[in-house]
Amino acid sequence: MPELATEIEQLSLVIEIGGMPVRVNTSDPGFLAMLQNRYAGFIGASDHAEVEFDIDLTRPKAGDPNADVRVTQQSGRWSLERGDFRAQWEPAAHRGWIRQSANPYSIDAVLRIVHTLVLARQGGFLLHSASAIRNGKAFLFAGVSEAGKTTISRLAPPDATLLTDEISYVRKLEDDYLAFGTPFTGELAKVGENVSAPIAALYLLAKGSENRIEPVAPAEAARSLLANLLFFAEDQELVQQVFHHAFEFVKRVPVSRLAFVPDARVWELIG
Amino acid sequence: MSKLYIARSPKLAARVLDGEMMIMSGQDSTLFTLNKTATVIWQAADGKTTLEEIVERRIVPEFEIDADAALQDAETLARELASHGILQVSEEPIAPANPAAGDAQ
Repeated sequence: MPELATEIEQLSLVIEIGGMPVRVNTSDPGFLAMLQNRYAGFIGASDHAEVEFDIDLTRPKAGDPNADVRVTQQSGRWSLERGDFRAQWEPAAHRGWIRQSANPYSIDAVLRIVHTLVLARQGGFLLHSASAIRNGKAFLFAGVSEAGKTTISRLAPPDATLLTDEISYVRKLEDDYLAFGTPFTGELAKVGENVSAPIAALYLLAKGSENRIEPVAPAEAARSLLANLLFFAEDQELVQQVFHHAFEFVKRVPVSRLAFVPDARVWELIG
Repeated sequence: MSKLYIARSPKLAARVLDGEMMIMSGQDSTLFTLNKTATVIWQAADGKTTLEEIVERRIVPEFEIDADAALQDAETLARELASHGILQVSEEPIAPANPAAGDAQ
């Protein structure tokens, strides 16, 4: 008797950002290849994964990827929703699913959100900032769109290792804050290196008539950090934690304003 | 003008640093910073004291401004903060919800 059903081959990939392995399972070889290309440099070799997502690919629909994202929790299960995807994740079970079309942007957003939720419990966060390692120390360059994140990244000298030109990954390990490379790119469209280093300084970017570093009062440092945090969850407890982490960070890490002209000599001030 | 009671929303995180009050909404993570006057009003918002009393006892003496104008500005401010969900406004006293907003030191 012929088999009535054919087993669908399950393909998987571990994406390791910030030292956290996330396994994604798909039955679509083309989508898997897309992910391997998108997250090149961040593909983990380990069988172990902190989180595992089954991806259910749908036909492309007219959902708006620029629509507001909603991240809510109920009975220990997170729901993530935007115009172009839906996802659920149950941290206790380390499992979840993502429903999206075969594009790299939706899963990118899901990964960013999941990392913000995990980091919020560990004293870390994602920050709208470029970051780079120089002389064994990491430097963050925060600012909103057009503040100069891409420019400062583009001007980085050869001895600087770019971690990201758009979204920095900050983890707290004991008393130190570390910056990790991320595949989350901005205008430079260059994936960061998958390495990490202790954070030596956070610079708030500003356009200036000359290159200079200016002191920043603690309140402005905290306000600027909070304004540049990526956090999406409608969850009182996690908001409290992220808020607290931001103040802890500015207590421990020097924060200054970096005014600069689009000139590579700005890097003479850094490192 | 009717009596208004105001209370800090429990669904937020708040902290004062260098005299500047920073508040993050627990609903959508929006960040608010309050000026000195708004900070005084927000800190005094216990749900039991009317806005009029807060203005009379705290705002007018400290900032040396006209009481009527101060009350009008305070009510506008209170309603604006309420629209963002970081303050509750009522014509009745407001019972305390939970101590989360007490983080505002």
